Amino acid sequence: MIKIVHYINQFYAGIGGEEMAHVGPCKMDVIPPVSKAFTAAWKGEAEVVATIYCGDSYFAEQTDKALAEICELIKSVGGEMLICGPAFNAGRYGFACGNVAAAVKAQMGIPTLTGMYEENPGTDYKNKTIIVPTANSAAGMRKAVAAMAPLALKLAKGEELGPYYEEGYMYTGIRKNMFEEEIGAKRAVKMMLKKLAGEPFITEFPMPSFDRVAPNPAVKDISKATVALCTSGGIVPKGNPDHIESSSASHYGKYDIEGVMDLTEETYETAHGGYDPVYANQDADRVLPVDIMRDLEKEGKIGKLHRYFYTTVGNGTAVASAKKFAAEYSKELVADGVDAVIMTST
Amino acid sequence: MKLELGLIHVTDLQFGDVSKVEDHVVYINQEDIKNLILEDETIESVELHIAKPGESVRITPVKDVVEPRVKVSGNGGVFPGWTHKVDRVGEGRTHVLKGMACMTIGKIVGFQEGIIDMTGEGAKYTPFSQTLNFIMDIKPIEGLKQHDYEKAVRTANLKVSTFIGELARNVEPDEIEVYEHDNVLEGMKKYPDLPRVGYVLMLQSQGLLHDTYVYGVDAKQSLTTIIGPTELFDGAIVSGNCVSACDKNPTYIHENNPVITELLKEHGKTLNFVGVIITNENVYLADKMRSSDWSAKLCEFLGLDGAVISQEGFGNPDTDLIMNCRKIEAVGVKTVLITDEYAGQDGASQSLADATPEADAVVTGGNANVVIHLPKLDKVIGYTEYVDKIAGGWSGSLQPDGSIIAELQVITSATNEQGFNKLSAR
Amino acid sequence: MVKEIERAGLPIVHMCTVTPISMTVGANRIVPTIAIPHPLGNPKLTMAEEKVLRRGLVEKALKALETEVEDQTIFE
Repeated sequence: MIKIVHYINQFYAGIGGEEMAHVGPCKMDVIPPVSKAFTAAWKGEAEVVATIYCGDSYFAEQTDKALAEICELIKSVGGEMLICGPAFNAGRYGFACGNVAAAVKAQMGIPTLTGMYEENPGTDYKNKTIIVPTANSAAGMRKAVAAMAPLALKLAKGEELGPYYEEGYMYTGIRKNMFEEEIGAKRAVKMMLKKLAGEPFITEFPMPSFDRVAPNPAVKDISKATVALCTSGGIVPKGNPDHIESSSASHYGKYDIEGVMDLTEETYETAHGGYDPVYANQDADRVLPVDIMRDLEKEGKIGKLHRYFYTTVGNGTAVASAKKFAAEYSKELVADGVDAVIMTST
Repeated sequence: MKLELGLIHVTDLQFGDVSKVEDHVVYINQEDIKNLILEDETIESVELHIAKPGESVRITPVKDVVEPRVKVSGNGGVFPGWTHKVDRVGEGRTHVLKGMACMTIGKIVGFQEGIIDMTGEGAKYTPFSQTLNFIMDIKPIEGLKQHDYEKAVRTANLKVSTFIGELARNVEPDEIEVYEHDNVLEGMKKYPDLPRVGYVLMLQSQGLLHDTYVYGVDAKQSLTTIIGPTELFDGAIVSGNCVSACDKNPTYIHENNPVITELLKEHGKTLNFVGVIITNENVYLADKMRSSDWSAKLCEFLGLDGAVISQEGFGNPDTDLIMNCRKIEAVGVKTVLITDEYAGQDGASQSLADATPEADAVVTGGNANVVIHLPKLDKVIGYTEYVDKIAGGWSGSLQPDGSIIAELQVITSATNEQGFNKLSAR
Repeated sequence: MVKEIERAGLPIVHMCTVTPISMTVGANRIVPTIAIPHPLGNPKLTMAEEKVLRRGLVEKALKALETEVEDQTIFE
């Protein structure tokens, strides 16, 4: 029998409502009805061996501490899997369920699953744990258990889940390669016929949405400002000393251009594999305008060109990697007193 | 328009004293090929190899792959604008040496080319692990510029493929496939109740190792236009690109365009296949705007109900794809896109550089960032010294024991965006 | 990357050819450039002409950095 731990909040534990939301994680002496419902659904293949509850406020206010305590409790009962909720449309409970499920999966390496309403803010964790959509209130409990239990059992047994639309969990956004029965062209023509006929079809790649960052205030006086050059066009010193990959770069380069007035064919080149490299290799200023910045510096049009430039190859590089590079070096830029940045892309 | 493809199933490929096709075996006299290739004075030398499915052989860096064909009746000759004069093709009969492929390797840019493994993990992903491969390793004369070297290698493969195809002229085909399509007026009269579907074929056109040619014309210098579906089966579109290797269309795939094949099969049954629109993916924004405007206009002029759009490559061409999608949907034509993904090695990142809500029907060739482990193989045809730098490789990709750890994008045609393969992602 | 640098509190201008991608991914100050393989150059011109062209683009970028924006803006 697979040992499964169940995480719920103070309300489902029968401790109380909002007035008891401050209580810390605790293992229940008696398995509550909501946990028993799961055990029943697993028909002897698995059971809830322990139910842990935590007050929603306690969790939200001291998340790290609560998580450590929860992990400890799971270990103490030898839990092989964790299920959380369902949280329906309760915001803080959903946040706790998503967070606990994601953290336990990452830290303890055991499978986790939760359930909640599609608009619950806790669904932000759907790329870090499996989340099953539920109704928006506890009236949907029976259906939620029926949807969550079989998926939990599969995960507990170490089986791979099928695609989200077949198994009924929320789209995780984690892309996994697989072989289809038919070639892509045939799948495309079939999808076209369905779309034209107004029949339902499932896209193989749901379009992403991109987040936004508000613009920073303008530079007051550019003639006093230190300006840094950055590029995703892969400009590197000749010979690519740090071996930045021509595609799907794993790192970025930081190069000192103190005293460099012009990028020449003999000294700089591009490591980028995604475009015709001939022009950038002839004159890397065509991608990273060091020559112009030096002129402007001499003429007092800008305060200073920052001593280092940062570079990587955008070609086939995961957005998450690019994000990480920039998050890292932008800290250095701020620490070095840079006032503004010019980023060039190819 | 009607084109018959006479397929001759090739069961073996060998070097021999006389170049010929006999009992399904293709024999090649090495001198014939060398003489042909060395006609080009920019080529210093050439080495020839054969690789067969299941052999422990790695081929790299691969430039282009071509299927040998010959036109036995009807107008024109294969690869118009290259090995035959510019003349309309796509009608009559063409013989195909099915099951073999001619491929070129060489050190043009080095890091912008692909790997083909004939066995093991890599073989699962490339369609060319299943073909009998005739390989030409071409070395240029000292000091030849990259652009000229690329052209020499591309032309050499077309010449050799034409020569080998010619050997099949008088061979009785094992199988005849008939592809027929109607002009706009006939199609409308014959199938008034079927949905009118077109195909927007996007061609990579971004410079060295990123170009495509239509009847000899560099696609970046052309406006979006219309081409007959069967013209491609006679080599009207030729590839000059191979980076990243996984999602560029070798000439072989243009000759066997799977979307056209599927649409022709359905023509008159479930849909009315109206035509093929070819458009480019240029490096100037104005070109991208103009070309995608034109794709949408042509879809509108043809009165289409739906259009399948296939991309070539990734990165900035994602924008061409999205522009095509948005503008074509805006004129009331429903779209299905075929692309591939760069979702990071863990699959958690954004797959495309651009996006739009109208793109609600997408077929994917898989995530090209996935890391694969290619075992050491007994024989390497070509040069593995580029593996660390190849698009999809990294410093240390080539292991001391000769195996390779790299991203799927190093494998020729692994995530093809014309939908040539079964690989997908969810 | 542009967004991360913006998030760190530095005003940033993105110089790129494919401005629609820059818009989609969320750059706020955008200066369109010449072509993908040579955003800040044009090999058809002489070196001197190219430098004039490049200087014009860089000056436009600096101008963008000095301009307050509320929303994503392309500085044509």
